[in-house]
Amino acid sequence: MAEIWALVVIVFYILVLVVPLLLGVAYLTYAERKVLGAMQLRQGPMTVGPYGLLQPIADGLKLFMKETVVPSGSNKFVFVLAPMLTFILALIGWAVIPFGPGLVLADINVGVLYLLAVSSLGVYGIIMAGWASNSRYAFLGALRSSAQMVSYEISIGLIIINVLLTAGSLNLTTIVESQRGLWYFIPHFPMFVIFFVSVLAETNRHPFDLPEDEATLVTGFNVEYSSMGFALFFLGEYANMILMSAICSVLFLGGWLPPFGIVPFTWIPGPIWLILKICFFLFAFIWARATLPRYRYDQLMRLGWKVFLPLSLFWVVLTAGVLVAFDLVPR
Amino acid sequence: MNAVQLLLFYILALVCTASAVMVIASRNPVHSVLYLILAFFNAAGLFVLIGAEFLAMVLVVVYVGAVAVLFLFVVMMLDINFVEMREGFLQYLPVGALVGIILLVELMLVGGSWALADRTEVAAAPATVVMVEPAAPVAVPPEGGETAVVARRVRAEEVTNTQMLGAVLYTEYFYLFQAAGAILLVAIVGAITLTLRERPATKRQDIGRQVRRRPFESVELRKVKPRAGI
Repeated sequence: MAEIWALVVIVFYILVLVVPLLLGVAYLTYAERKVLGAMQLRQGPMTVGPYGLLQPIADGLKLFMKETVVPSGSNKFVFVLAPMLTFILALIGWAVIPFGPGLVLADINVGVLYLLAVSSLGVYGIIMAGWASNSRYAFLGALRSSAQMVSYEISIGLIIINVLLTAGSLNLTTIVESQRGLWYFIPHFPMFVIFFVSVLAETNRHPFDLPEDEATLVTGFNVEYSSMGFALFFLGEYANMILMSAICSVLFLGGWLPPFGIVPFTWIPGPIWLILKICFFLFAFIWARATLPRYRYDQLMRLGWKVFLPLSLFWVVLTAGVLVAFDLVPR
Repeated sequence: MNAVQLLLFYILALVCTASAVMVIASRNPVHSVLYLILAFFNAAGLFVLIGAEFLAMVLVVVYVGAVAVLFLFVVMMLDINFVEMREGFLQYLPVGALVGIILLVELMLVGGSWALADRTEVAAAPATVVMVEPAAPVAVPPEGGETAVVARRVRAEEVTNTQMLGAVLYTEYFYLFQAAGAILLVAIVGAITLTLRERPATKRQDIGRQVRRRPFESVELRKVKPRAGI
């Protein structure tokens, strides 16, 4: 009986986490269109509801009403599985993100590794979609995407090692607590920049959105998807952006901690700080999209393997050396 | 182990075994790889159940996140004719059966020796791990004879298995760890040398050269007379 009750409580917590998240995803698409509009001197969505606020709901309804088309040459099971996988993987990462001291669904010892594992699984949704569609554009998009994600995961992993060395723990709550007084983006500033750029590549966002390059691949891996399949990919991509922004905030911007531990800042509760930091990164995502032209694929690979990888490897050695030399190794 | 854990164990073990069977039974090689990934994933779940969360996550990151992606990559791009493959299948049967029998016998030997082993020794063995890092507060044992067991129980509660693994790997097994690293490095270098070919026809982008170029080297201004041409 107690186990069933525990299960009910967990399901309730999951709903408390997922429902605002999905709402956030919906309004992230709205924010993206509004911010892009403002940057390009346009209005963005403005006709559905006041200031176009009901636009995401109208978009969702439209996709919901469309016919689901499954290409006849496709591998049906994998074709249907792929968008579900993408969407689920974008949601399960949230289980370990701490919103405040104790405000976390699963406070596990290996939180960072869990996030790394979830983000490395994200490639399967895309590669399965590309292969199951049985279409050249989709397959090319999937190949590009998987090569890109595997490449940039390596530098992400090495950058995370820097944070782990400095914090002395794999637990996200401990990592945030150890940033009290000095957020890690100050000592690890170059890594912070590289991490954000790698995250852009990892989430297939501009300027690294080669997997869905409209000009050469139509829209890449999701060409053949319509209706809810497409909607799930779309939601998955945006949920992934929010998740990655949360990871950036937790690792480098002190998670739920206020910038200064003095009165006007400590009045604002921790979860609000975390959400503000997430919004900052999301704005940077959109800003990059509005500003930067798309990378060429060989340049993307060059950047990942020949610039980011050696630099982050060097920084790991430097961090370890400094920590040992000045006896700063966390116990 | 309570009822929920037991149920989880049976689900994970069942799915793991079933997907392992499907790896060799399914006709489509891409499906085989996908089943392999499912098997890895369930094995990771089993690791979590016995409290080895670090191994579980590493299994997912390394095998599922990187190795299986490359498998999938290769298998998807291979153009395999299944009818042709099935024709010569029987000629490999004796070799395959031999390897299978050897593996089965070895597994039975290992499992049998483990099942027959003295449990008190097994319980005491990890005590050497405790000696490596005596930083954590260890409860003072009441009698000298039970030191190892008591110490180990306390440690298991207070130290995460990441720390435990690191403490052993970088001290007792340091040379083996380094040797493994060297072998992997040699493998990487070997793989690159095998595939790297000089292709004089391809044009490569030399970023340094592009940046070093100055306008007066590549652009020339000429005064052109009307109706005279250059």
